[in-house]
This record gives sequence, C-alpha cells and structure tokens, in this order.
Amino acid sequence: MADKEKKQKRRTIKNIAKERTAMPEQPPLIRATNFEEVALGYTEENAVREAQRCILCPKPRCRNGCPVDIDITGFIAKIDEKDYRAAYDILSDATLLPAICGRVCPQEDQCEGVCAIGKKLEPVAIGRLERWIGDMAIENNWFQVPEITPNGKKIAIVGSGPAGLACAADMAKAGCDVTIFEALHKPGGVLRYGIPEFRLPNYVIDAELANLEKLGVKIECNVLVGRLFTIEQLRTEMGYDAVFIGVGAGYPTFMGIPGESLNGVLSANELLTRCNLMHAADESYDTPLGIGNKIAVIGSGNTAMDAMRVSLRVGAEHVYCVYRRTREESPARVEEIHHAIEEGVDFHWLTTPLEILDDGEGRVRAMRCIKNELGEPDDSGRRRPVPIEGSEFEFEVDRVVYAIGTNANPVIGQTSDIEMNKWGYIDTDETLHTSIEGVFAGGDIVTGAATVILAMGAGRKAAEGMKVYLGLEDSEEDAKAE
Amino acid sequence: MYEIVAREDFSDQTFLLEVRHPMLAKAAQAGQFVITQSHEHGERIPLTIADFSKENGTITLVIQAVGKTTKEMQADCQVGASLFAMVGPMGIPSHISEDVKKVVLVGGGLGVAPIFPQLRAFKEKGAYVIAIIGFRNKELIFWDDKYKQYCDEYIVCTDDGSAGIHGLVTQGIEQVISKHDDIDELIAIGPPIMMKFCAETTRPHQLKTIVSLNPLMVDGTGMCGGCRVKVGGKMKFGCVEGPDFDGHQVDFDELMNRLGRFKADEKIALENWQKHRENCRLMNTEPEE
Ligand SMILES: Cc1cc2nc3c(=O)[nH]c(=O)nc-3n(C[C@H](O)[C@H](O)[C@H](O)COP(=O)(O)OP(=O)(O)OC[C@H]3O[C@@H](n4cnc5c(N)ncnc54)[C@H](O)[C@@H]3O)c2cc1C
Ligand code: FES
Repeated sequence: MADKEKKQKRRTIKNIAKERTAMPEQPPLIRATNFEEVALGYTEENAVREAQRCILCPKPRCRNGCPVDIDITGFIAKIDEKDYRAAYDILSDATLLPAICGRVCPQEDQCEGVCAIGKKLEPVAIGRLERWIGDMAIENNWFQVPEITPNGKKIAIVGSGPAGLACAADMAKAGCDVTIFEALHKPGGVLRYGIPEFRLPNYVIDAELANLEKLGVKIECNVLVGRLFTIEQLRTEMGYDAVFIGVGAGYPTFMGIPGESLNGVLSANELLTRCNLMHAADESYDTPLGIGNKIAVIGSGNTAMDAMRVSLRVGAEHVYCVYRRTREESPARVEEIHHAIEEGVDFHWLTTPLEILDDGEGRVRAMRCIKNELGEPDDSGRRRPVPIEGSEFEFEVDRVVYAIGTNANPVIGQTSDIEMNKWGYIDTDETLHTSIEGVFAGGDIVTGAATVILAMGAGRKAAEGMKVYLGLEDSEEDAKAE
Repeated sequence: MYEIVAREDFSDQTFLLEVRHPMLAKAAQAGQFVITQSHEHGERIPLTIADFSKENGTITLVIQAVGKTTKEMQADCQVGASLFAMVGPMGIPSHISEDVKKVVLVGGGLGVAPIFPQLRAFKEKGAYVIAIIGFRNKELIFWDDKYKQYCDEYIVCTDDGSAGIHGLVTQGIEQVISKHDDIDELIAIGPPIMMKFCAETTRPHQLKTIVSLNPLMVDGTGMCGGCRVKVGGKMKFGCVEGPDFDGHQVDFDELMNRLGRFKADEKIALENWQKHRENCRLMNTEPEE
C-alpha cells in the first residue's frame, strides 16, 4: 500500500507541468529605457513550482552538462522540500558565484540542454532556480566562512575576473594568504566592465566579492602586472609561493575594412566599459559616451547583444545588428537574442559589412554591406555564408560598434618569458601549470574568449593543481595509490 | 589613494604634480605613462611620466589644464590631496640604445616634460645630447636648469621671438641637421601637429624619428581599442604597442581627427563645470562633487 502511494507520487514526464514557469520581466519597451534588471527573478511560489517539474532522474544528465559539476537534482530536491538553505549549501560546494552564473550561464548549451524532460517538454529552468537560491543567499547573508588554518603560503592572483576570483576563494579556504592584483580601478573583470547592469547588477558582483574578502582575500586594484612588476618578480623577490594568471582575452578585433578609424567606430568593449565601468550615461560621472542616433553593431554574440541593448538604453533611436550568418548560428545565449528582438533591435541577418563611409568630416555617415546566402558547412559545422553577387546596399548610421571577437590580453606576454601559443594564449599542462615553475593560468587567457562558468571552473582546477604543487594536498593519482 | 607631495605651477595653464607611489617610481622607465583618475566619478586620462625618483618614491606629472578633467585637477590637486587612482607604468619603454651616439630631443610646449626622462637616459648612456624646446613665449618656458644640466646643446625656439630662435622647433631641427651630419636619432614629443612637422622635416634627411603618441584612452591595457592609431598603414593600440612609434610611418591626420572624437561632449562638460564652480563661488560654498 505504502509502496503504491510512493509510486504514485513519483514524478514522470507525464504528470509534471508542461510549461516552464515564466520569469517575471520588465516589459520590453519600458526596460529598454532603463538600466534596471530585465529578468526580475522568481518568487518562492514560482521556484517551488518549477522545482516540481524536475523528475529527479537517478542518473541525471544535467550534472554532466554542468562545467563545474553542480549536484543539480540535489539542490532542486531541496527547493522542493522548501529547505532553501540546504539547497544553497549544495550549490556552494561546486560554485562560488551562483547568483552570477544563474544569470549569465548559457544554460541551453549546458545543463538545460541535456535535461531529460527537454526532449518532449521545455527543460527545467535550472538557471533560474540557481539564481533564485543565489539571490536568497545574498539577501540572508548565508555565506559561511569555513574554519581556515593558515599555512603560511603566499599566493598572487593576477586579474579579478571569474577565473581569478574562483582560484582565490579555493586557495584562501585552503589556508593561504591570497592577494588579487587587478589593473582596473574596480574588480570583477568582464563581470564588471562588460556585462551590463540590466543583466548582472553591480550589487550582485559586490556581494560575491564581499564573500571573498570574508575569506581573507586581499584585492589590490590599479596594479598592471607585467609593468609594475613582472610575473617572474612575483615568484622571486616578492616571495609568492604560487601565482595564478587569469588576465582574460579582451583585446578587441576589427575587420580591416575601409573606414574603421573614422570617429564613431568603436569596439563593443569600449562602449560597454564607458557605460558599465565608467558610468558614462550618468551625468554625475565625467567619462563621455558620444552615443549616436543610428547604431550598427557588427556580430551576434553576447557582447553584441549587450552593446545593442546598452545603446537602446542610452537613447539611440535605431539599433541594427549586422551578422553574416543567421539567428540559428548566433553564438549569443538564446535569451539575449530574444530580449534584443523584443526591445526593438533591427536584425540584418546574412549581411557582411564592406566599408564604413565618411561624412566628409572624419565621422561615420553610412555603412555599405553585401547580402549572403548559406553554403556548405565550414570547420565549425555551421553553414558558411556566401556573398550574393550584386546585392550590395548602403544604409545610414552614425556609429558602428565591433563585437566580432577578442584576442589575448597582451601585457603579460610582452613582459614575461612565459610560453604562449602563436596567438598569445598561455600554454599550460593538464593541471594548468605554465612553463614558469609555480605559475598557473586559466580562463580566457588560456582557452580564448569563453564563458564565466568555464573561467570559474578553470580557476578552481588551477587551485587544485596549486595545492598539489605546494604540498597541501596529494594529487589524485597519489591519493589513489595510497 | 595616491598622495600629492609637491606641486609647482609653471603658468596659469601648466602645472606639475609629484605623486607618491614608491613601487611605480621603482618600475618606471623613460617613455612610459600612467593613467590617473582624480576622483571616483572622474575620467581615466593618460599622462606621460615626466620624471621619477626611486629615492623619494615619487613620480612627476606635468599637466596642461585644457578640458574639464585637467582644469578640475588644476583646481583640486593641491599638496596633501590624493588621486583616486593611478596605474602604471604603462606602455613599452623607450628604446635607449647604446648605439645612439648623438641624439636630438625635441619638446614642444608641454612635451618638454615627458621627453625629459629620455634625455637624461641618453645622457647617462654617454650620448651627445641636443635638446630643442619650443614655446609660444619666454614666460612659458620651464625646466631650463634641468635641461641645461643634461644637454650638450640646448636650443630654445619661441613663436614670438622673446627667447632663442624666433620660430618653430622645425627651424631648430633644420639648424641642427645642417650643423651635424652624424645624428643617429631624433625624438619628438609635443602636440600632434608639431610631431607631424618634425617628421616631415627629418624625412628628406632619412633621419630616424621617434614620436610619442597621445591618443584617447580608457583602460590602457589593450582592452577597449579606443587608443588605436595607424602606423605604416596598420592599426596599432597606442597603450600597449606604443606610445613610441616611427614618426615617418604615423598617420597624424587620423590621430588629430580621432583626438577630436568627443569635442562636443568635452565642451559641454567644461561649460557645466565652470558654471557650477562660479555658482559655488558666488554662494560662497565649497563645490560639491
Ligand atoms: C560583453 C560580454 C558579455 C558576456 N556575456 C557572457 C554571458 O552572458 N555568459 C557567459 O558565461 N559569459 C559571457 N561573457 C564571457 C565571460 O565574461 C568571460 O569568458 C569571462 O569573464 C572570462 O573570465 P576571466 O577570469 O578569464 O577573464 P576576465 O573576466 O576578462 O578578467 C580578466 C581581468 O584581468 C585584468 N587584467 C588584464 N591584464 C592584467 C594585468 N596585466 N595585470 C592585472 N590585471 C589584468 C582585467 O582588467 C580583467 O579585470 C561575456 C563577455 C563579454 C565581453
Ligand atoms: S586604451 Fe583601451 S586599448 Fe588602449
């Protein structure tokens, strides 16, 4: 009898809610005029309902889809049980930044992409649940400083993006004396200067950074490593026992077409940095923005979406996206493209810029483009755009923003003997140790521009390598041998 | 916070700040710059390091008050005050080669300050050092003594003839070239238009000419590309690939156009700030930030 009851209770794809619980959002035309967060977050009722859509697979595939191996069904089950604190504890075993990752991870390519119910129904909204718990932890100050026994080791972390932050946290928890050096005047890396406020509010970054400081991590801003001192000096005269390099890959690329040096042509990183880090749209800050009326953003990744949506919010009349492939091939998170369309961005798919035209006074007047059709798949497996002869056209714009990718940040490479590949990304072994003894590297500076969660995962992996290197922990093989 | 330990006003436009930062003073080399932000809401602006003292643990900046940010610094950066942010030394240091036996350094106006570390470095390497400095008039000249201490020849040019040669630094260059046929290198720092004409003057003589460019910057780490300049037909990021470039290869017209990128915004910012200051003065209150 009892068994039967249990069976009935067991959730299957047949007896759960078909549609995922919608996330309350600001209406598109209102939010496109402000910098408040777009997605407002679940209520408790929303969260519990969504948690109950998870069928708690015994061998959950979502966990394999997570780059940092979060026990996803574990934390969702706790939400269902309304034991939110326990849900947070499960999350924080694997991730340092749940409130951040819940907002910015490309879940559709990761956990949600392999969710078992996703074959027939909409997958469980794992990211939204993660965010909900992350936010609740911030609100209720749930972060707990574990007992730390100082071990006298000094660690330097170069760069305060997600890779550096994650490595710093793990090393501090292991008892090391950790200092982060950041070139900009505020920490956070791309989280701070790149991803805009309406997607990732500053208070969330500040809260996660405050947790790091509770662990005893020191953050020194305004330090350009390589120039103020070198990586080699950190290891020698400055006495650091190990170093982690997480300087990112933010060096913006341009296409090399005519007209790129006209005034009005800029990188998405410049636009976003002016807005996010320097608060150019706020009159009480001095940094100029110089935003125009008609803005073309080239590219269709997250950075492009952010640049377009920021442009709308600072008052551009018309924002175009110019992308040589189609919506299906766009590298941006699905949600970002959806949001950008809702907010009124005008997409020119299958379009390649040829030239940026001068107004006669050194400023942008218009852009000349050509239309493409899709051909055979290329190396990336995506169908290659092929220009259609005679389809050139011109349209009026006064700003052109490049969001077509970035390269390795160059300063460490210029100032150190560290081994790099020919594109300037740092070479490492599988423990993320570099060619310089005691120096590890991870995140975008090793892989090329990727994601927050991969950078964070790399920071944690390097921390593992570092602990073994410092003799604080046995390596996995040694542990097995014992 | 980075404390201002000394200040000197050269004119009603130009002033010097000595800022404490022992590590930076130790690391700084000729030709490098810093990015400063005078207060939290301020702009990040690049300033070439005009001098550094490892003993005192300070670096020296010479600033011309032209826009809102620099005029505000002129008003607020007094001894004892602090800069909100200062990062550096940035940029690739100037190449002070042993092979350079005779060198000409040309400083125009404010450029007299940032070229000084190179002048001293060449002298210390044993080169024969000729300096040519240019100002509008005699009153604006600064660092006369400092220059005389390190120069083998010191040539002053003024627009109005109130001191030295009556004319531009390019006249000084012509004069020096006709006198010396064994100059290895010429380095020019000053307004872009001056550097352009210096490069045009030396081009027919095939005299290697290095200029230090001052594009607009935000981060100074190679992350925004706002500082891009064209050199030899190729795009370079001034902050990480410069600031020194081959003067014969630089597209100065493009540089000058790009320096005017925010002209309209800058004008409004300056007017608003001046109005704000004036109101505060009239109401006899401290200006609020
Ligand atoms: C606009 C934009 C939107 C994005 N959106 C998403 C998203 O929605 N989801 C997602 O998962 N990913 C997104 N990404 C990608 C993600 O942000 C990056 O992959 C991630 O931040 C990389 O982390 P990192 O720690 O390797 O480097 P970064 O975050 O780049 O941090 C590097 C830090 O090092 C500092 N630094 C550099 N050189 C030095 C030096 N010499 N000395 C000291 N400090 C130095 C930099 O100033 C920076 O603060 C986005 C990227 C951008 C640009
Ligand atoms: S100032 Fe941003 S890249 Fe040079």
